[in-house]
Amino acid sequence: MRVFLGVIGLYLVIALALPLGIMLGKSLQGPKDDFVGLANYIRYFSTPALFQSIGNSLWVSILSTVITVPAAFFYAYALTRSRMPLRGLFKTVALVPILVPSLLPGLALVYLFGNQGLLKGALFGRSIYGPIGIVMAEVFTTFPHALLIILAALALADARLYEAAVALRASRPRVFWTVTLPGARYGLISATFVVFTTVITDFGAPKVIGGQYNVLATDVYKQVVGQQNFQMGAVVSVILLVPAIFAFMVDRAVRSRQVALLSARAVPYQPSPQRRFDLAMLAYCVVIGVAILSIVVVSQFAALVKFFPYNLTLTWAHYDFDQKGGGGWTSYYNSIRLALLTGLIGTVVVFVGAYLTEKARGVALGRGLFHFLAMLPMAVPGLVLGLAYIFFFNAPANPLNVLYRTMTILVINTIIHFYTVGHLTTLTALRQMDPEFETVSASLKQPFYRTFWRVTVPVCLPSTLDIAIYMFVNAMTTVSGVVFIYGPKTELASISVLNMDDTGEIASPAAMAMMIFYTNVGARTLHAGLARWLERRTQAWRRR
Amino acid sequence: MTTLTLPYLRIQRLRKKFGAFTALDNISLEIAEGEFVCFLGPSGCGKTTLLRAIAGLDIQTSGRIEQGGRDISILPPTKRDFGIVFQSYALFPNLTAAKNIAYGLENTRAKRAEVTKRVRELLDLTGLGEHGSKYPAQLSGGQQQRVALARALATSPGLLLLDEPLSALDAKVRVYLRHEVKQLQRRLGVTTIMVTHDQEEALTMADRIVVMNHGAIEQIGTPLEIYREPASPFVADFIGVMNFVAGTVVRDGVVRLGRVELACEADGLTPGTEVTLAIRPEDILVQDVPGPGSQPNALRARVDALAFLGSFFRADLVGDALEGVLLRADLPVDLVRRLGIAEKSTMSFLLPRERIRIYPGSAIHR
Repeated sequence: MRVFLGVIGLYLVIALALPLGIMLGKSLQGPKDDFVGLANYIRYFSTPALFQSIGNSLWVSILSTVITVPAAFFYAYALTRSRMPLRGLFKTVALVPILVPSLLPGLALVYLFGNQGLLKGALFGRSIYGPIGIVMAEVFTTFPHALLIILAALALADARLYEAAVALRASRPRVFWTVTLPGARYGLISATFVVFTTVITDFGAPKVIGGQYNVLATDVYKQVVGQQNFQMGAVVSVILLVPAIFAFMVDRAVRSRQVALLSARAVPYQPSPQRRFDLAMLAYCVVIGVAILSIVVVSQFAALVKFFPYNLTLTWAHYDFDQKGGGGWTSYYNSIRLALLTGLIGTVVVFVGAYLTEKARGVALGRGLFHFLAMLPMAVPGLVLGLAYIFFFNAPANPLNVLYRTMTILVINTIIHFYTVGHLTTLTALRQMDPEFETVSASLKQPFYRTFWRVTVPVCLPSTLDIAIYMFVNAMTTVSGVVFIYGPKTELASISVLNMDDTGEIASPAAMAMMIFYTNVGARTLHAGLARWLERRTQAWRRR
Repeated sequence: MTTLTLPYLRIQRLRKKFGAFTALDNISLEIAEGEFVCFLGPSGCGKTTLLRAIAGLDIQTSGRIEQGGRDISILPPTKRDFGIVFQSYALFPNLTAAKNIAYGLENTRAKRAEVTKRVRELLDLTGLGEHGSKYPAQLSGGQQQRVALARALATSPGLLLLDEPLSALDAKVRVYLRHEVKQLQRRLGVTTIMVTHDQEEALTMADRIVVMNHGAIEQIGTPLEIYREPASPFVADFIGVMNFVAGTVVRDGVVRLGRVELACEADGLTPGTEVTLAIRPEDILVQDVPGPGSQPNALRARVDALAFLGSFFRADLVGDALEGVLLRADLPVDLVRRLGIAEKSTMSFLLPRERIRIYPGSAIHR
């Protein structure tokens, strides 16, 4: 057991700890790799063009958070506390943004509000390129993440509390303020930090629609790709790490509190129909749902016509990716390869790793360290990880530099980038199992791997599938993690969207982004079907 | 139990520390082959820790464990010879009852037909009969418990460890299964250790009981010995109900309680020493034939309260002679009816000499 734990631990060290460490060191070095102390930081903070990005980043992040969290809260409130029709459909619609790269809303917004946009007038002369566009795109991207967290918090509601409030003749608003909101407060705090971190570390939206408005994430990209100033790129990365790690720590603290709130004797709340309230909630959800879908529909429509919205003749021309600036159709196939490999290998690695941290006996220090490394990726923005990879894997002295720009390194990077969620999912599944399984097996003289294979894996199969689909979808949409380490032969669909957008195209990148969307929809559908089939075939024991 | 052969399990000076906390303090114990021993004590007394040390799940800090003459002190669980049943049963949820039972048999070069035969045997032995193809979630608590027991017995281990195996069950099922488990153990003759905090369970099932408190053994003895002659106030208090009252030694064999002098087995204590008298409520007798004068160990008292508890009455006794001390006595229903005992009745009660236990010190429990 310890050997396996060591192997996966070594992977985390090589693919995460060492690159990050070297990047931190790089931010203290001069152009010739000489140690210069804090000189780079001093230069950063004495260059207004650079440090004003901090203010910009904070501004769009706060604004997006302030809009997204209440919007998602009321959407979740409608889904859990009303009896409006089509709740399942509205939940599905709200989750659509998860399936597209964060570049897509930017492209759609250009069509809608750009210089030749349909709804340009709605901005009263202000430009969509800049904070307005970024915030609109970020609200779209982060909405489902906030929604899922708040939904989970609202789902914990205890019907007895509502009955008690009604018995005490509390009015509906009073029930809302005294029962609903306090019950969801940890979810709201958690959602706030998740949205804030996602926005401040996101690179896709500001890249496409940020115009001249610089934020930290685009600065990293510009320093590295534009100016080849790796040291300054490292400095900005470290600055970007600060809010991300802070938000991560607050979020962890809050979530551990939420678990303590759960009481085993709670009775789930069932709302009763109330015509006017249900209609109001339905109207609200329709508005949000239409807004989300319009981004996707506009992108798809624009990708299929000659010149949206002026020439609506249907054409496949924008799908002729090989003639455009990006990596062509090859990049799409590369993405599918990456997503499949990440889903497959990533799931195995994450699952086995979490199993070993949970079950290995002794080696408490090693397990603690392993757990820390497994949690770390959640706090590390993709761009920072990518830049760290340049420093580590592109170093001439590193024997691993043969991996640079290969599919292998993309897989290694993507697994690490999305490691934490899978790790936590596995731990949750494992902790629902009886801790004495291993003991019983030992008393029956069975080796641990037999119990792992016969019991642990089958029991955790549904969670394993969830991890696989999560890895797959994120590997399809990620830009920030891989933008620094792809090579000419390993360009990905999402990178292709970025590169085509760079050449001034909009329709083709939109077409490619929609290909990613359809692939993810297909993968999710397949996952749902597979999960149902497996449940019938192998999970018969769950039924009473 | 006193045979000249070596004990099957011998534990010597076992000590287990968790940081600064001593979970097991110098435990020495011998268990004969085929014996059914209960570790009894309140939660946190170390009984489970001791069981886990015997299983090799939590290796002791120091001390030695021998099983069948073999030193197993530092062997991992897989190298020891035991079967175990947990309170949660830890049945593999995705395997049927039969597959659970077969779990330890597969892999052992046994032929498939033999495994099937053995599983069949165990299903019948534990009265599971036709439930072999069901999953644990489809079985009742009592049935799950039997599957766990059958699984532990499948490999014919030399030692059966039961960790609170009945406490997750309904009261009625529990009482029934106590009997079942004991019968099965007797039939198979497998040396068994059961951990429990339920004194009734220990008294009805065990050949010998090991009473533990604060990581140490308070007393080892048969159920009757433990009940009749508790070695310490802790044991007296933990098992059954006990009156504890403060007294003073008058002379060898005589102790004063309130204004009454009572004969008891208290030798070698200097007069004037503070002691604690202990007597069980059912050992206090009503002197129903009013005899001439005062009998030894008789005292007059008034029934202050009388509570009907089904098979007996519990009476709270007070009186001048007791000087404010309250004694509880359990009186048979039939006696109360015959003598017309009611609240406020005053009569003579006997505290039989051989039923009074004397503990040094005036520390009164409760």
